[in-house]
Amino acid sequence: MIYEPSLMAVLIFGGIVAITLGLSFWLGAKAKSAKGYFAAGGGIHWFVNGVAFAGDYLSAASFLGICGMIAFYGYDGFLYSIGYLAGWIVALFVIAEPLKRMGRFTFADALDSKFQSRGIKLAAAISTLVVSIFYLIPQMVGAGALITPLLGFPHYVGVLMVGTIVILIVVTAGMVSTTYVQFLKGSLLVIFSTVLTVLILQRGLSTDPVNNGKPTHQFQIIGPTASDNIEHWKSELKLNDNDSLIPLDQGAWAKKDFLQLTRDDKISYWKVTESPEKQYFLSETQYKQKNTNGSIIINGLPQGTGEGKTDLYPVGRISKLPDDETETGPLGVTEFLSKIRESELILWGSDTIKEKDGTVITIYFPKPTTGEKVLSPGNHPKFAGIRSDEMWGKLNFLSLMLALFCGTASLPHILIRYYTVKDQASARKSTIVGIGTIGYFYILTLFMGLGAMTSGALDVTNTNMAAPLLAKSIGDWLFAVISAIAFTTVLGTVSGLIIASSGAVVHDLMSSFMKIEMNDFAKVRIAKIASVVVGVIAIILGILFENFNVNYLVGWAFSVAASANLPALVMLLFWPKTTKQGITVAIFTGMVSSLTWILLSADSYKGIYGLDPKTAIVPFSQPGLVTIPLGFLTLIVVSLLTQPKSTEIKS
Amino acid sequence: MAGFDHGPNEPEEQENSETISRNTRLGLKLFTVYLALYGGFVFLNTFSPAKMEVVVFAGLNLAIVYGFTLIIAAFVLALIYGWSCRNDVSSDSSNNEGASQ
Repeated sequence: MIYEPSLMAVLIFGGIVAITLGLSFWLGAKAKSAKGYFAAGGGIHWFVNGVAFAGDYLSAASFLGICGMIAFYGYDGFLYSIGYLAGWIVALFVIAEPLKRMGRFTFADALDSKFQSRGIKLAAAISTLVVSIFYLIPQMVGAGALITPLLGFPHYVGVLMVGTIVILIVVTAGMVSTTYVQFLKGSLLVIFSTVLTVLILQRGLSTDPVNNGKPTHQFQIIGPTASDNIEHWKSELKLNDNDSLIPLDQGAWAKKDFLQLTRDDKISYWKVTESPEKQYFLSETQYKQKNTNGSIIINGLPQGTGEGKTDLYPVGRISKLPDDETETGPLGVTEFLSKIRESELILWGSDTIKEKDGTVITIYFPKPTTGEKVLSPGNHPKFAGIRSDEMWGKLNFLSLMLALFCGTASLPHILIRYYTVKDQASARKSTIVGIGTIGYFYILTLFMGLGAMTSGALDVTNTNMAAPLLAKSIGDWLFAVISAIAFTTVLGTVSGLIIASSGAVVHDLMSSFMKIEMNDFAKVRIAKIASVVVGVIAIILGILFENFNVNYLVGWAFSVAASANLPALVMLLFWPKTTKQGITVAIFTGMVSSLTWILLSADSYKGIYGLDPKTAIVPFSQPGLVTIPLGFLTLIVVSLLTQPKSTEIKS
Repeated sequence: MAGFDHGPNEPEEQENSETISRNTRLGLKLFTVYLALYGGFVFLNTFSPAKMEVVVFAGLNLAIVYGFTLIIAAFVLALIYGWSCRNDVSSDSSNNEGASQ
């Protein structure tokens, strides 16, 4: 869709971003030493630190991805919220304290302090790099999703902008996400999400939602009738002799149930659907046609904003409220959810058709869905397997939930703030505050997602923009503030990840593994070169992955992190027989197997290579269920094979 | 270029091994409780998703109620953990302070 930037929104946005960046530099300059950065002198108050946990963890993915997924598919998005939070339990109860007792910041440090092995350094460095890059992809995609509705630029411009800004920041100054900056961002995100939620409840639900002062387009749905009869549809549509309505069943159109309507020389497509009660409906759709010469046609007219041009309609509404109401007025918390459960909502599906001449038509069609279905799992095409009897779909779901559970503790950057307070008791209190803040935010995501679903403001082509567009449907100021918070979160996360990966390159790869002697000047120069390279990779991947939901991409990052790092981390802490060979081999096995699995999955076939997903080699897309146990098994077997002689253990 | 280098933290706190092993055992116990809750949720979703549509109370279905319960349970378990460990450590650390003065 094309977006008109609003000057006020841009000004508020620019102001908040400038203040946050200024604060980061100012506080960062005061914390130049490594210990200053990681441990902040051990003098951070536990409450500040706890909210900073939330600031670190609630990245663009949490906010944009979860809200978007809930807005388009209902409860399925909320499953991610639950999984992400559950991961904290693993981190708090199992990993954090033993790690802190070892006096180490990250998992790579902990491994290194125990074994001093070059092989482990290499494995840990590569796994840090891979996980960081995987985690960078959703951040960059999220950046594009924020910039598009705000400034009206296409997605790739947004990604390029963020990438360039971050590379510049990292190369010239090195931005440090200090605890105070993360505290500020965490608090702002939670406060404004609360404001947004209150406004959603105040607005209530309506079958004719008002989107920032504009009414929403009501898509026609004809039916129900007992049979799929073309003459009947013609009379319902009141066609005259010059119009035509033709069923499409040739080539790429076969079995898609579309009819082509030509009226006043304008082509539109209509979708026939059959309900479980054998009733037929005919729904108006909207479409985007990309011609071979690059021009874009929307609903029969060129895409644009002027005379004789058009654009896709914003979507998302309730089609039926209980008791034939049209508007509920302000609602309470549980009332909001129970009203939605009793309503019927319009979700959206899409079909992409590639004609022989190279024209690509993407048709978006409304799918009336009961509130009962919206508020229970299985609406997302990737989760639909759990509602069928097919085993692979169920295993795919189990695999994802396992990866989310195990992933948090395995991410390289997440536990660092556990070390910034003075003692164990404060560290625990911080984590409790962190879990409380994050949990509260995740509860809000359900309301924001459902609010977006019924706001009449969604961009049907992109799930990631749901939260900013929801804010825009309420008012420009809220939109600007929320976009600014999300944007600075992206900047902070991206620069942190780039610093972490260039650190891995310089320290672990070049200086420790390859034993290259470097002075500090050379180290910094190589770190800067590495930052630029990683940044450019992130930009390219961010553009390639535009149409993936950022949340789904984070799911992959969690899978890779959990497969590569969790076995090493858990066994190092709890199994005395673990050897360095066992750890090295386990990290590589987990990483390579999960990456290979993802690259060979149906989702990659469809989304990256454009191949038929049915021909994919692996039976389900999420690797965790196979590759996490594989990592543990590898570690145990290799460790048992490489037990040192008893004298060596004593020394 | 802050952030490229990092080393060991502050000197470790002195905790006696009894406290450590008690905390570890408590942590693993609470972890097991949560694992059972989370596992129940995931398996229910996977193998009988229709049950998630059942209304439990106030017009809320099981999916919503169980989901919110998991989020609140994470917080409550963390509170229990922090509170039970805190007693030991606070007496512990006050001893340390006494010794160092």
